[in-house]
Amino acid sequence: MSTTERSKRQKQRKVLLMGRSGAGKSSMRSIIFSNYVAKDVRRLGATVDVEHSNIRFMGNLMLNLWDCGGQDSFVESYLSNQRSHVFSSVAVLIFVFDISSKVAASDMVSFADTIRALHEFSPNSKIFVLIHKMDLVPGEQKARALQQKAHDVRTTCEDEGFLGQQVEFWATSIWDQSLYKAWTQVIYFLVPNATVIENMLEKLAELLDARELILYERTTCLVVTHVTRGSEGRNPYTDRFERISSILKTHKHSMAKHTGTMASEVSFAEMQIKTGEFMFFITRLTENTNLAVVMPGDEAAFNAARVNVQLARQEFAHLDIMEKKGKEVQRQ
Amino acid sequence: NGQQAPNVRRKGNPKMLFMGLRRSGKSSIQKVVFEKLSPADTLFLEPTSRIGTVKMQSFITFESVELPHQLSATTPDFDHHAVFSHIGAVIWVLDVQDEYLTSISEMIQTAVFLAENYPRVNFEVFIHKTDGLSEEYKYETFREVRQRVQDELSDLGHGDRSVSYFQTSIFDHSIFEAMSKVVQRLLPQLPAMEALLNKLCSTCGIQKAYLFDTMSKIYVATDASPTFLKDYEVCSDYVDVIVDIKQIYGWHGQDGEGKAVSERRNQDDGDIGESMVTYDRSGDTYIYAREINDYLSLICVMGKGSTTNKRVLIDYNVGILHDALLQVFKV
Ligand SMILES: Nc1nc2c(ncn2[C@@H]2O[C@H](COP(=O)(O)OP(=O)(O)OP(=O)(O)O)[C@@H](O)[C@H]2O)c(=O)[nH]1
Ligand SMILES: Nc1nc2c(ncn2[C@@H]2O[C@H](COP(=O)(O)OP(=O)(O)O)[C@@H](O)[C@H]2O)c(=O)[nH]1
Ligand SMILES: [Mg+2]
Repeated sequence: MSTTERSKRQKQRKVLLMGRSGAGKSSMRSIIFSNYVAKDVRRLGATVDVEHSNIRFMGNLMLNLWDCGGQDSFVESYLSNQRSHVFSSVAVLIFVFDISSKVAASDMVSFADTIRALHEFSPNSKIFVLIHKMDLVPGEQKARALQQKAHDVRTTCEDEGFLGQQVEFWATSIWDQSLYKAWTQVIYFLVPNATVIENMLEKLAELLDARELILYERTTCLVVTHVTRGSEGRNPYTDRFERISSILKTHKHSMAKHTGTMASEVSFAEMQIKTGEFMFFITRLTENTNLAVVMPGDEAAFNAARVNVQLARQEFAHLDIMEKKGKEVQRQ
Repeated sequence: NGQQAPNVRRKGNPKMLFMGLRRSGKSSIQKVVFEKLSPADTLFLEPTSRIGTVKMQSFITFESVELPHQLSATTPDFDHHAVFSHIGAVIWVLDVQDEYLTSISEMIQTAVFLAENYPRVNFEVFIHKTDGLSEEYKYETFREVRQRVQDELSDLGHGDRSVSYFQTSIFDHSIFEAMSKVVQRLLPQLPAMEALLNKLCSTCGIQKAYLFDTMSKIYVATDASPTFLKDYEVCSDYVDVIVDIKQIYGWHGQDGEGKAVSERRNQDDGDIGESMVTYDRSGDTYIYAREINDYLSLICVMGKGSTTNKRVLIDYNVGILHDALLQVFKV
């Protein structure tokens, strides 16, 4: 493979979004990437064929998302005449199961057919299985339903040659932050150089003496990565990262409504929350990312930290460029 | 003032009585506003069959009571006095998505009963469940209901009885706005608070200022400038952001007992929560929030011209407002 070809492919990461019609694929895509709120998705119609979207993520990472309409006739065509077109060069397959489906057995057959084709054309791709609409399962039955489904899926995956690490499971619903949690994992997997970013953030955190830093993407509000220090490691709210995604997303909608602009255009220059116990601020770090900083409740340290984050911008912008060059070394 | 209605409270804690037909949304409203139930979850509420009181401890205690539908104001043998004498406002909930003529006629009986026996009790009508209705239909039904009630009250000789109408839904901010207005009318401190907010706004170039009950997101006062639902919405949503972030990172101070509400802070130690958010586009519009105490927050939409370098002025004046408000609520 030539270098140009390779770098092109690595900038463009092809992500397939598949599953039965009505499973909720377009709903989640619209919420995560197009600033819909959960109750808006009822307006969506069934997806015809494949809807492509290119989503610039973290400056240099381009997600090339294929939302594949799940009606039988389309699926047949993906598996036959469009087979190599659809399944080649796939980085990630996100397969959505509707937990409330009346035809679970047939869903599993369709899943098996899909990953068989995937294995044929992109054997090294990663599979994220989203077990969706979990809000429809009563609380006490959730764990069991999930376990059962995961077991069936794993068996199918193994039969088709996708082993342990290559498959991940996430329970999701558009009605809570579980959706953000799952997509954060997908993004984390796709972000090139996540470890380099983490190292730089760790240094920054030390310099600021911050309790926690959270780097998240500006438009989707998905968390790219975070650094947690000292006692904050015992923070009982372990779901706080996806909760913050969800809070910020909602906040964006609220501001969009207030200013009469599109939610996609809104972003705040800065947010600060000061209490006696902690200080919190969010500010831009790079073109496409914002940084949330959590500090002890000390005004002077807070002001210093704001300046230091401004200074750090340069360094992180530099990282953006470095990533573009250095990427080939990172992924084989 | 000369009228002597027995035991009707003029001061003290606002107490509201919810009435209306079965399934009109009385319990849902109380749960959503006072107990933070998510609107979608109201679907699973059991019918209310006895008089139940919800108390919310805030800077004052809000009390709301629901009268189950089988008990009406005119039911002969129950102790009206026990129910109505301590009430500040009766809220009649009318489900517009249902056949509402029965509700109107019962509402009128109730209004007449109140006018004759408890004239000081405010009468408020919530034209409820307006979500999912077209603007036009909403407007038409609102007018129709109001007209009908007004006509019938006049015919019965109570045309002068003042009744307020609100369009509400638990699925948007309208229910909070309506509850805010109902509550404000029951607060003797309202004029003092309004005067303080007006002063603050004019000194600091603030576009709109709200004094929020942080927990319920009811606003207990606002300045005299025109009120737009969208200002209230953005401020109310911002309160949510602050409350959520404070919960997530305020865990250090919690001693396993959940919220440390009882622990009153020493107001002089600079421990006052403060927050602001600036928009990207026009750096001169921003929202500023300041805790008055554990229960009350001041939220301001800052207008053009009140740029960040005026923060010192704002801080100073908000400080003064803060102290004055604490005085107002000191008994
Ligand atoms: N209860 C519940 N409903 C959901 C959830 N996610 C999506 N839905 C509903 O599922 C329905 C179908 O959603 P879509 O996103 O259009 O489904 P799709 O998978 O894109 O369907 P095709 O495009 O035909 O393949 C919509 O009515 C959504 O409101 C969820 O988490 N919980
Ligand atoms: N669409 C809509 N439904 C509502 C609203 N408020 C309440 N409901 C629903 O109305 C039903 C009856 O509500 P409930 O509070 O039990 O009525 P109550 O008998 O008057 O206490 C529930 O299913 C609620 O979910 C609203 O604003 N809009
Ligand atoms: Mg679709």
